[in-house]
Amino acid sequence: MNMTSPLTPSKTTFPSLSTELSGVEIVCDYRGVLYLPNSTTLIVSDLHLEKGAAFARRGMLHPPYDTTQTLDKLKQSLDHYAPQTVISLGDSFHDQLGSELLPDLARQQIKQMQTGRNWVWISGNHDPKPHTSIEGDCCEEITCETLQLRHEPSDDDASGEISGHLHPAAVITRRGKSVRRACFATDGKRLIMPSFGATTGGLSLKHKAFKGLFDTKKLFAHVLGKEQIYPISWSKMRG
Amino acid sequence: MASEHLQLPDIFTKWFDSHGWAPRPHQLALLEKAQDGHSTLLIAPTGAGKTLAGFLPSLTDLATREKPKPGMVKPRLHTLYVSPLKALAVDIERNLTKPVSEMGLPIKIETRTGDTPQHKRQRQKLDPPDILLTTPEQISLLLANGQAELFFKDLKYIIFDELHSLVTSKRGHLLALALSRLRSHAPDLQTIGLSATVANPKELQKWLVSQNNNNQLAEKILVEGGAKPNITILETKERIPWSGHSARYAMGDVYDQIKEHQTTLLFVNTRSQAELLFQELWTINEENLPIALHHGSLDASKRRKVEAAMAKNALRAVVATSTLDLGIDWGDVDLVIHIGAPKGASRLAQRIGRSNHRMDEPSKAVLVPANRFEVMECKAALDANYIGAQDTPPLLEGAIDVLAQHILGMACAKPFFEHELYKEVTSAAPYSHLTQEQFGRIIEFVATGGYALKSYERYARIRKTKDGTWRISNPQIAQQYRLNIGTIIEAPILNVRLTKKKANGSIGRGGPKLGTIEEYFLEMLSPGDTFLFSGQVLRFEGIRENECLASKTFDQSPKIPSYAGGKFPLSTYLAEQVRKMLIDREKWAALPDQVREWLELQRRVSRMPSHNELLLETFPRNKKHYMIIYPFEGRLAHQTLGMLLTRRLERMHARPLGFVATDYALAIWALDDLGERFKNGLISLSELFDEDMLGDDLEAWLDESWLLKRTFRNCAVISGLIERRHPGKEKTGRQVTVSADLIYDVLRSHEPDHILMQATRADAATGLLDIRRLSDMLLRIKGRIMHQKLDHISPLAVPIMLEIGREPVNGEAQESILLEAAEEFLSEAKSQLK
Repeated sequence: MNMTSPLTPSKTTFPSLSTELSGVEIVCDYRGVLYLPNSTTLIVSDLHLEKGAAFARRGMLHPPYDTTQTLDKLKQSLDHYAPQTVISLGDSFHDQLGSELLPDLARQQIKQMQTGRNWVWISGNHDPKPHTSIEGDCCEEITCETLQLRHEPSDDDASGEISGHLHPAAVITRRGKSVRRACFATDGKRLIMPSFGATTGGLSLKHKAFKGLFDTKKLFAHVLGKEQIYPISWSKMRG
Repeated sequence: MASEHLQLPDIFTKWFDSHGWAPRPHQLALLEKAQDGHSTLLIAPTGAGKTLAGFLPSLTDLATREKPKPGMVKPRLHTLYVSPLKALAVDIERNLTKPVSEMGLPIKIETRTGDTPQHKRQRQKLDPPDILLTTPEQISLLLANGQAELFFKDLKYIIFDELHSLVTSKRGHLLALALSRLRSHAPDLQTIGLSATVANPKELQKWLVSQNNNNQLAEKILVEGGAKPNITILETKERIPWSGHSARYAMGDVYDQIKEHQTTLLFVNTRSQAELLFQELWTINEENLPIALHHGSLDASKRRKVEAAMAKNALRAVVATSTLDLGIDWGDVDLVIHIGAPKGASRLAQRIGRSNHRMDEPSKAVLVPANRFEVMECKAALDANYIGAQDTPPLLEGAIDVLAQHILGMACAKPFFEHELYKEVTSAAPYSHLTQEQFGRIIEFVATGGYALKSYERYARIRKTKDGTWRISNPQIAQQYRLNIGTIIEAPILNVRLTKKKANGSIGRGGPKLGTIEEYFLEMLSPGDTFLFSGQVLRFEGIRENECLASKTFDQSPKIPSYAGGKFPLSTYLAEQVRKMLIDREKWAALPDQVREWLELQRRVSRMPSHNELLLETFPRNKKHYMIIYPFEGRLAHQTLGMLLTRRLERMHARPLGFVATDYALAIWALDDLGERFKNGLISLSELFDEDMLGDDLEAWLDESWLLKRTFRNCAVISGLIERRHPGKEKTGRQVTVSADLIYDVLRSHEPDHILMQATRADAATGLLDIRRLSDMLLRIKGRIMHQKLDHISPLAVPIMLEIGREPVNGEAQESILLEAAEEFLSEAKSQLK
């Protein structure tokens, strides 16, 4: 086994990366959230809250701590950006029962974060119906600045679309060693968000599910590192 | 119980006579003990007629039972035979059917394994055979059934074949628990254990009987060892390489050996070594000798074909991994060739036992070391085999995750009282020290996950009902239990399917299935890469659902080498022998010239450690500073040590950069001149190697370690916390499978003392990390570290220096790979701007 010591931190680290999507300024943050500075909007996707409980309902007693952990991480991002609006881009709960049977502690955590700002739950395939037992507006999709926000990437012209659903991950191989990490995937026209939930896995960008969604010549994965974001081009990926 | 002087019925004596045989003394001794009502352990070398001995009590009993009259209750299952391998069960059926049919005995013998079709299993439940040949998992499945009591109530004998190999794993724990339940169903049940020689037979004698009444032992019959095997180390004029595991240099000599013998078995330690060896042999197989390949990843039908050809003596050689390790005797093997070091003297004895399956004739074996250290290891193993040393590992305490699985299974069978099940479970030897309190915690875990945060009460899998019994909440739980049974956790694997490339470049669908391959290996491949599988070079085309598509290629050298390190750690015993050999110059005479010259050179330019010393060499090379130590404690212990030492060196500001570990040595390199720092006392060696590193440092590192995550995954699957992956039934497409790593992270940060985290740490300490061995070593070398400051690399250091950069990635290096990829992009971008 080889161990390479953690690299000496370079002088400039990039906790976030500013770029454009169809002419709109966006900031990809290493925590897995997207920030729109002009409208002070924060976008997060695939929280999959109460995933542990959803499994427990089916007899697999996963630890009941994923929800709190995800919400704690979200709170850090909110504290950092102090956005006016928060949009959760679908699959906010792992199943429809999630928001109904939400434990009190998590319910309070959400309520606290919602105070003093707009909050939108976009529906996803895991939570197709509106969440009636918690605060926040529910809708199928929404336009923000000039961007189209929906859970699943659409098939047709996707100019200025932000979606989630696919949990993109980049697989990088160097010297026969392979690393897989969640990432933002964008070709400048469309952007797919990384999944944010503590126990959500990732799907390689090379998986057929992503086929045809991007102009691969311009495709970048903005990969989530421990404390910074790494921009990596399509040609460097494997999988 | 059989009548007093039944002994061997006439029909058996006649049968022995008709073949010109006589029953052997230990076969009769075992029969007598069994007829006296004792459970018995039979220890005998291979070829002693162990299997027949094991079945004799049951066959004679069945042969003399009353003929069933009309209106009598149909007889239930009489004998269970358990073996670690499916193939063994099939093989035994073949060997057992012969005497039974020759004697015309009315005995029904059947097998039941994972391969047995569903309709046959159903039929077996209703109409059981007299003798059922099966695997540990199948017994647990049968026991979790509501009809288990009826099915097993007349069980008289249970025979454990290759018991020494069954008991050392979690599989053995599951089997011990199953046995505890069988004893409840059939209180007169007698056990018969068949085993090769082991270091401590008492452990097995305990294992075979209930431990409820303090340290009960089964009877023991010991058959002394057979003819001395004729083992040699391959003599070669070729240069023996410094490092590596392929032994490619020796192919010509190996081929000559195959030509000179009737049937040769070639053993290797890993699947990829088997593939490589097989390919190399066919490259030089000018005479087109029938040489076949046999390993666990190959498709079952392919394996059966090879086995059948073996039985017909149609093959001249078979390249095999451990799938053939145990007790299967086919054909007339007259030579065993072992490629690479055997890693343990007992393992060597087992494998060599494959040749010439008659106890009184010497078996013949040739060892082929793959590198120079292995020459010494082979020599040590060879000496050990002559003196009959045994280095089988000691048995471990019963694992928590296995018990959790068993408890759920027992709840599926019928409701249970906690105190009754506790008594039953502690009758099993591995669990005899389990406390009532710990048992209670495990039940809580099975019921609601055992979390400090009690939010899953409503989702409980088992519940305590008003009558005080625990029972399953709904029938789906039983269904889930059946799908997740077992303790063998395979790495995620994919089928390899051979496809044809069409003229237009697209890939066809059909084509034969070649076998299975580990997913992590495929992660490294890009379409177009070539790799070795099933004895041929394949071109990787891509992954479709759960299949790896590959096509044929004429490319003879695969681009992606597979990792070919040994999967077995060097046994403590052999390590000790190799160390002794190194310090004793007189012993060098027995080594090949090139190895001896290498050691002599080491003595001249550096030094050899004396007894119980640890040699530590330092030298500069390519602007880095290296330190090499030679503990000979096996790769796992060295890995752990490497992690801990680099952490310490980092704190001492010596700027370590990395390390690499082999079975024999550990190399660490740094930016700072380590040699200078050791010499002038800036870093104290006794401080660096103090055993307090096994305290906080270890804890801190463990929590981050990927090793622990891998261990957790196994514990989580076995204990039923997460679902087992079923090849071919994986969720496809966009649904992302649950990652055990993520669950581990969540649990660690919120409840680090959860029972499953405890189980994980306990497993890692004995398994992947080998901490016990490491702490023994630190104690041994305390105050005895010999620092040798050199200007150049030493001869002894060459093998490990060649390993640097060869090994797979782990957690700490991941960020740097990302950074590297990102920086490449940035520098490319910059050059475009210019």
